Amino acid sequence: MSPATPALAAAHSASRFWPGIGAHWGLTWPALAGAGTLALITALFSLAVPRRWRAVVSGAGTALTGLAGAAAGVAAVTGHRSPTLSVPGVLPLSGVTLAVDPLGGWFIAVTGAVAVAVGSYAIGYQGRAASRPSAAVLPLFVASLLAVPAAASAVTLLACWELMALTSLLLVLAEHKRRPEVAVAARWYAIMTHLGLVCVLAGLMLFAAHARGDSFAALARAAPHLSPAVKSTVFVLVLVGFGSKAGLVPLHAWLPRAHPEAPSHVSALMSAAMVNLGLYGLIRVGSGLLGGGSAWWWLLLIALGAVSAVYGILQAAMSTDVKRLLGCSTTENMGLACVGIGAGGLFATTGHPVLAGLALAAALLHVATHAAFKTLLFLAAGSVLHAAGTRDLDALGGLRRGMPATTLAFGWGALAASALPPGTAFVSEWLLVQALIHGLHGASTATAITLPLAVSAVALTAGLAVATFVKAFGTGFLAKPRSAGAAAAHESPGSMLAGMGLAGAACAILALVPGAVLPAIGRAVAAAEVAAASGAGGVVTLRLDGLAGEVSPLLLTVALLIVMVAAAAWLRALPARSARRKARLWDCGGGPLTARMEYTATSFAEPLQRVFDDVLAPETDLDVTHHDEARYLVASAEYRGRVPDRIERRLYEPVLRAVGAWGDAARRLAPGSVHRYLGYGFYAVAGLLIVLAVTR
Amino acid sequence: MNALGVTGGVLQAVIVTGGAPVLTGVMRQVRARLEGRAGQGIRQPWRDLRKLLRKEAITPEGTSELFRLAPLVLLATTFTAAVTVPFVTTASAAGPVADLFAVVALLAMGTATLALAALDTGTAFGGMGASREMTILALVEPTLLVSVFALSVRAGSTNLAAIVAATVHDPVRVISPASLLAAVALGVVTIAETGRIPVDNPATHLELTMVHEAMILEYAGPDLALIELASSMRLVVFLGMLSSLFLPWGIATALTPLALAGGVAAFAAKVTLLGAALAAGEVFMAKIRLFRVPELLAGSFLLALLAVASSYFLTGPNL
Amino acid sequence: MMRAIGRIAEPPPTQTRSAPGAPPAPLGGSVQIRHVDAGSCNGCEVEIGAAFGPVYDAERYGARLVASPRHADALIVTGVVTRNMAEPLRRTYAAVPAPKRVVAVGDCARNCGVFAGAYGVAGAAGDIVPVDAEVPGCPPRPEAIVAAVRELTGR
Repeated sequence: MSPATPALAAAHSASRFWPGIGAHWGLTWPALAGAGTLALITALFSLAVPRRWRAVVSGAGTALTGLAGAAAGVAAVTGHRSPTLSVPGVLPLSGVTLAVDPLGGWFIAVTGAVAVAVGSYAIGYQGRAASRPSAAVLPLFVASLLAVPAAASAVTLLACWELMALTSLLLVLAEHKRRPEVAVAARWYAIMTHLGLVCVLAGLMLFAAHARGDSFAALARAAPHLSPAVKSTVFVLVLVGFGSKAGLVPLHAWLPRAHPEAPSHVSALMSAAMVNLGLYGLIRVGSGLLGGGSAWWWLLLIALGAVSAVYGILQAAMSTDVKRLLGCSTTENMGLACVGIGAGGLFATTGHPVLAGLALAAALLHVATHAAFKTLLFLAAGSVLHAAGTRDLDALGGLRRGMPATTLAFGWGALAASALPPGTAFVSEWLLVQALIHGLHGASTATAITLPLAVSAVALTAGLAVATFVKAFGTGFLAKPRSAGAAAAHESPGSMLAGMGLAGAACAILALVPGAVLPAIGRAVAAAEVAAASGAGGVVTLRLDGLAGEVSPLLLTVALLIVMVAAAAWLRALPARSARRKARLWDCGGGPLTARMEYTATSFAEPLQRVFDDVLAPETDLDVTHHDEARYLVASAEYRGRVPDRIERRLYEPVLRAVGAWGDAARRLAPGSVHRYLGYGFYAVAGLLIVLAVTR
Repeated sequence: MNALGVTGGVLQAVIVTGGAPVLTGVMRQVRARLEGRAGQGIRQPWRDLRKLLRKEAITPEGTSELFRLAPLVLLATTFTAAVTVPFVTTASAAGPVADLFAVVALLAMGTATLALAALDTGTAFGGMGASREMTILALVEPTLLVSVFALSVRAGSTNLAAIVAATVHDPVRVISPASLLAAVALGVVTIAETGRIPVDNPATHLELTMVHEAMILEYAGPDLALIELASSMRLVVFLGMLSSLFLPWGIATALTPLALAGGVAAFAAKVTLLGAALAAGEVFMAKIRLFRVPELLAGSFLLALLAVASSYFLTGPNL
Repeated sequence: MMRAIGRIAEPPPTQTRSAPGAPPAPLGGSVQIRHVDAGSCNGCEVEIGAAFGPVYDAERYGARLVASPRHADALIVTGVVTRNMAEPLRRTYAAVPAPKRVVAVGDCARNCGVFAGAYGVAGAAGDIVPVDAEVPGCPPRPEAIVAAVRELTGR
């Protein structure tokens, strides 16, 4: 319904304005309409073509849809204005209203770029075994992701949101016949995303009830007249809903479950494109529609973001499942972006527009950098899963020999994800920390306490992220293989490598010249009505506007390369050197080193686990079986150690138990007696008639 | 990037590269004399490096290009930091690189690459060294960044040249509570990042007590020479940062030969003094248990947080 | 305490040549030494510990004990080479980058000492790896060990 709507609307209007379509509609709507049409056509073709061609059609179509979407997004953020489309009657209650401003355009551009890489990858990943539903639904998922930022009324947003949830759910379920865990994960995902939808629905409907109409323009007009209590309620409801989609603690439990079980290209789309839309909703409703509001909203957002960041990366550091590690890392990065959004809103309400723009720009840049490296990492992890058959880091290793390109891709992604120069995340985290640091000047007491704590949270996550990705890359790809599957791994097909290459190139561009996208981010910040500009700029050197601070990732990388080449050349030129000898690994002279003697991911993370064991509360079980003859002799011992998600333990399990108890109690209402059921109907109708008679 | 900065950069490149092994020699000599021994002499580390460069290079079987590249990356990151951080003058050779966050992250990059090379060997000691080093790195980051925050509040920027220039023009600031607390916190950070007692014993032979040494057990010849040089340069960079940020006297502010000579002499003297003090302290301390190191780092983090709080509360909200 | 006692290290003795035929090492005054216990009773280890301790201070001549043979230029082998330690000793020697030297310290390493002909003995150090210098004694005095080290470093 929804992906066809822009196409229908554009076609409907274009049929009347055909001669002037370029001038009147701009570039955005044709591109989006093209994306929607391509998605629909790809879906239909994927259902129809024989199995051999299904993956190629689905993947190529998704990539083209993404390309069109990216073009639309780029057109929107580079200042091409496009009119609002309004088609009443298509949806009940209020019809469909669509508008793409630079803020929405930024998210559309990011989604489109991710979809191009994912589409190309999906050709090789789905391969000959592509199932009809997952091949057909993939382009529809991408189209719904492109449609959400284009929505300009509450009902449209909710409709597109639900479409996104349904399509992603179908994609998560793609492999449920092969593995039972997929069904459990999909159930969690379905329930949590719909609870989030209910919260967003409640918030937006409350908002629309106080305004005249539910289009974003009407809501924005009505916002100054609302009481602070109503605005705060709307904000909190929307925070719960959108925050859950973004994976913020404590509503993050679906993320580490759904992402490992989904096929890898779907995980990449979800982590790199879908969770961003939670942030988009927060910015749109919180700043754009509600117009800022009180400072405590944004302090709450900063707190939630900081806690999510630290908790997410801690869970990732403890995780040995590589895709779960990447999923928890998504929680961390979304937390960091939320810190930026919260800081932006806070500075906007306390009257520091330059800093507000800088903080929001850091958050938006982090959205893009995270999308780039998370896509790269998930695609590489999927490549490993495809080749070695396992996701467990404790069973991988030694992949460098069989899969050199994937190893290089994951290595570059790991560097990009840890906040080290010349990686990609370094730039966005630098901007974020600069915004937080300069905010101390002229701040209130609450802000002065929050900002250093936020900086320490960001710093702790940066340090833990380095440790996590060294663990993931080092134990997963280097040294010797720890299992037969890892030893037999071979390189992925070309289409998968092409997808990874695209994502890697995007990481490199964002790492070296982030200033190239800052003007676009500035327009998005202005569209979010937080500040007038992004607060930073410059292509070779990133400079802050009006504040002292600059960094040049390009110069830094060039300097490093020059020194490395010079040192290597000088070493080679030294006289009296014999050739390099290949020698046996120094194993203390004992027997040959086996893969069992290597450090595993669990052992690598063990010191960190000990340091944080009050937070993580790891559980260990030891079952010792003794011999029957003598209790002093041990026949076998079984050890199980795991790091549970403590928030799930403390928060979710009591709630689930209570719901289960209610369900059991409610069973007593349905004993199976027909008389009882007829009685329910009779008493309900009789009671209703009495109430109506009394209140008339 | 002005003439003062470029001159300073060139001077620093020469002094830090040439003087780092000399500092190691001085520290070993101080330890030896305090222990009653005669010591090797301060020129011994240079003899060691010269000999290592003439030895055979070895590539262990099963390692990859990462193992061969890691010493180059480590040296490149440390050298870049040494050239761009303003030690001798108040200007930096490459202003956009001399951001405090960038320099800290650059040094962390070197450590992370070495840890990956250690994991690449596939030995248990390599993994152990990498795991411990990464744990300490992760726990040192909050202290480091919050101390940087505390230092940048007064200068209004995290650019090292700006902070050093502000400190040089107002040296009394160094005695303020914020500065003193940040100095202690950064002192602990220096010990942790450079692997000195009480966090790590650089001269130990027991693998179970190693952190940094365990990562380089497999390196030989010229690779080992690069790593040893980079480790000494790292120590000089950290001590130099401490001296530039908290002992600003003698730093050249003008491009005259006298000022530059004074800057060079002051830098050398301050770093040697700090190194000798560190070595003397090591004689009286023992390495603490690895699992007590987080307590030490948490204490330094609290000091850094207090430094930020005092820089805000003791001067009022409008700085 | 240091101020009261002052320097503990004894002054360096006059340099004498050790066993004839030991070539001086071209290592420029810097030798890193890896100690290998091939089956010793630890008597030689105690003397080596004394040689590198404060009184005799072999480090002042440019030698240093290191943790890995890859960092080393010379191996100090003590003890008669037992059957279990023959292969590890060979591997340790192979792990040392060239140019390398081997010093056999103590009578057991030189010619099996009192353990000659025992059932667990594979041979003297010279039977397993090429030995460049020997230090006789059971155990040798620290001064003899220091003299051998000085031959290696040339200082």
